[in-house]
Amino acid sequence: MAEHSVAAAHDDHDHKPHGWRRWVYATNHKDIGTMYLVFACLMFFVGGSMAMVIRLELFKPGMQFVDPQLFNSMTTMHALIMIFGAVMPAWTGLANWMIPMQVGAPDMALPRLNNFSFWILPFAFTLLLSTLFVPGGAPAGGWTMYPPLVLQNGASFPMLIFAVHMMGASSILGAINVVVTILNMRAPGMSLLRMPLFVWTWLITAYLLIAVMPVLAGAVTMLLTDHFFGTTFFTAAGGGDPVMFQHIFWFFGHPEVYILILPAFGIVSEIIPTFSRKPLFGYEAMVYATASIAFLSFIVWAHHMFVVGMPLAAQLFFMLSTMLIAIPTGVKVFNWTATMWKGSLSFEPPMLFALAFLFLFTIGGFSGLMLAIVPADYQYQDTYFVVAHFHYVLVPGAIFGIMGGVYYWLPKWVGNMYDMTLAKWHFWLSAIFVNVLFFPQHFLGLAGMPRRVPDYAVQFTDWNMVSSIGGFGFGLAQLLFPYLIIKCVKSGTRVTVNKPWEGAHGLEWELPSPAPYHSWQTPPSEAVIAKGAFH
Amino acid sequence: MMIRSNCARRATLFSLTAATLGFLLQAAPARAEESGWSLLNMTQGVTEMSRRIYDLHMLIFWICVIIGVFVFGAMFWSIIFYRKSQGAVADTTIVHNTRVEIIWTAVPVIILIAMAVPAARTLVEIEDTTKTELTIKVTGFQWGWNYEYLDKGVTFFARLDRKSDAARELGSGIDPNTVDHYLLNVDNPLVVPVGTKVRLLVTGADVIHSWWVPAFGVKKDGIPGFVNEAWFNIDADKKGLYRGQCAELCGRDHGFMPIVVDARSKEDFQAWLTEKAAQQKQAAAPAGTEATPTASTPATTATAPTAGVPPAVAASQAAVTATTPAAAAPTAAAAPAGVLAADRATKSVTLAKADAAH
Repeated sequence: MAEHSVAAAHDDHDHKPHGWRRWVYATNHKDIGTMYLVFACLMFFVGGSMAMVIRLELFKPGMQFVDPQLFNSMTTMHALIMIFGAVMPAWTGLANWMIPMQVGAPDMALPRLNNFSFWILPFAFTLLLSTLFVPGGAPAGGWTMYPPLVLQNGASFPMLIFAVHMMGASSILGAINVVVTILNMRAPGMSLLRMPLFVWTWLITAYLLIAVMPVLAGAVTMLLTDHFFGTTFFTAAGGGDPVMFQHIFWFFGHPEVYILILPAFGIVSEIIPTFSRKPLFGYEAMVYATASIAFLSFIVWAHHMFVVGMPLAAQLFFMLSTMLIAIPTGVKVFNWTATMWKGSLSFEPPMLFALAFLFLFTIGGFSGLMLAIVPADYQYQDTYFVVAHFHYVLVPGAIFGIMGGVYYWLPKWVGNMYDMTLAKWHFWLSAIFVNVLFFPQHFLGLAGMPRRVPDYAVQFTDWNMVSSIGGFGFGLAQLLFPYLIIKCVKSGTRVTVNKPWEGAHGLEWELPSPAPYHSWQTPPSEAVIAKGAFH
Repeated sequence: MMIRSNCARRATLFSLTAATLGFLLQAAPARAEESGWSLLNMTQGVTEMSRRIYDLHMLIFWICVIIGVFVFGAMFWSIIFYRKSQGAVADTTIVHNTRVEIIWTAVPVIILIAMAVPAARTLVEIEDTTKTELTIKVTGFQWGWNYEYLDKGVTFFARLDRKSDAARELGSGIDPNTVDHYLLNVDNPLVVPVGTKVRLLVTGADVIHSWWVPAFGVKKDGIPGFVNEAWFNIDADKKGLYRGQCAELCGRDHGFMPIVVDARSKEDFQAWLTEKAAQQKQAAAPAGTEATPTASTPATTATAPTAGVPPAVAASQAAVTATTPAAAAPTAAAAPAGVLAADRATKSVTLAKADAAH
């Protein structure tokens, strides 16, 4: 690979391996990005089917389909798979595809580490999914794995811990690669404050990953030793404390949810300016706001724990720090809105997803602010109100961000345009059904329905029915997404220009479509960088 | 103003719906007996704290609605009036506006302070567990609750009522709508007096559970080996039955261990308590000291120190064990039926006067 220093105007098919070796031995950021994205899409459907089982059982009161233990496994595995198998690998896939092209680098800094980071994942998830078939069944203590309950899992317990370790290692190594690439391999002239927001948000996300994934590893290792090696970290009889697990877990867990959303902020910060034909409002403010959110994310973790019996001073501190995050987040929402203001808007699928993100993520943010208020949280905690909140920020938040990014960059990757009409159908069905699915859950939580229950009192029937219908509709609509992509690859209309979106800026749009297998082997010139620069 | 496109029409319709819903929410705090579609909002509850919580909830909600009107208004305005298809030309100079940016940073800070002050005040009051008049120890089990009226000689288990339990079996064929208070009924409700500051000492026997009654605004985790305090004071004129559920995933039957509180007048409560204590004393008498010959008996009397929350974890665990002679000691893998089968054969437990310390 080091020999290739000639101008890479044309793809070099002759230099890449063919067949299975291309993928198993992949070191090309585009190939690895593709593998991450395909894996993520697969996991999205696996996790999604588990959600269908959940909504099916919750369609009516009474137990019709599954044993309560299996139901608990479904909720646990649905979350683990969506978080660690769908969203995080999707973001890593997008990072792999886009970061080198956006900073003018020929590839990621550590291509073999990149390969390893990806290939851990299929093993981790085979291990995790195989727990469905072991005695005792899949883990059923929630993705949050609180002891003592998590220790009641049978054979699946050590498999869960090992799978979490593997996923964590993959993320840490991927994050290291991102940091090193961004800090060391930017083309000359690509200063930090000229980088696209997607690169910025991924840089910050990578630091969060490196900081907190080891904390998760520590927490689950302590669970393991408590169960098998006689330690009592989380057992009062031995001088330990179950709540300590919660503190350690959520010290990871809260930055984790920002890891899940920050890249979406980056993508939306690129899509909206493109389709408003207007530069992003307040670029530096966006960078500082993202950094503030990341910093603050370390000091809010106990807002997941307001009812465990924390001292008053701690509850007050975490309430205030949590409320504080609303400020930089609000700044971002205002800046996106101001970018649209007096723009010249068009509504292609990427923009549709970005706008739905802006509207619906903000609603999720509002319920988050409500949750921050401790006395009110006593009524919200562990109810469907929380479920509604985090699904609003994760589904029309992270997932729509991912889909918007795919619809935005797919022509660059493939060199074909996808079926716009079908993509708009995918969008509208998703946007409508996601609200039918999750909005009523606010009502259910406020009315008193707890979460993680397979059955409910009859007064909760109506909104559960609506939510389940939304779930089925949303789930079915997602089938359009892989169909569209495959159709685009096989028979989409050829894109001959560098910039299929007229308002786009950034180095990736200075490359041909499809982007060459090895791009930016000669770094872009300062002039090209300035032309594509954000401001 | 003509709305030309599907996109904008849908957007306007959505925001109108949201505004209407918001209006309705203000008018409709939920009551437990209402059903289905009208159950949209949190209950105001029957205690002063639950009302304060409700008010905080609505305050934050309306602030969010107002902010949303501004932000979404600007969004939808742009979507409708700055469309390329209608000839809008972008003003690419709008990338900064220091004055506006300072305002939209400072104003949210002020709004947050306006929220934080009443929230903090309410929280401080909720955390004040002094001057309580009755203390009840609440222990979460897999899958039911044990209630112990400290120093009154009354203790009993409460588990899901049998009709609900039969109906909820997989493929039972029984329509939940035919079951009285399906999944929200128990065999032995927790009886409390109204107009009394009642303190709860909440703990767990096996895994973490959480005791939650929305009508009181009280939710507290019961953590094995630790004791949490909570309190409520039901309005004097709000006698009746109040229902709640376990609010922390605790295993297979997490959704099937409800809570029912029977709020009675002080006189009725006292009468009930005296009668119950006598019953339990009598039930215990023939059994004598044939209790499990564990160290539990000396341990319970050893909890003489009146220092509020007992630090002796083992003592409270053992105290609970002493009330269930027929049950295996609760272990992580305890069969649920075994633990709860003993709720008929309760024994009174004498503990130190916990209330006097407060």
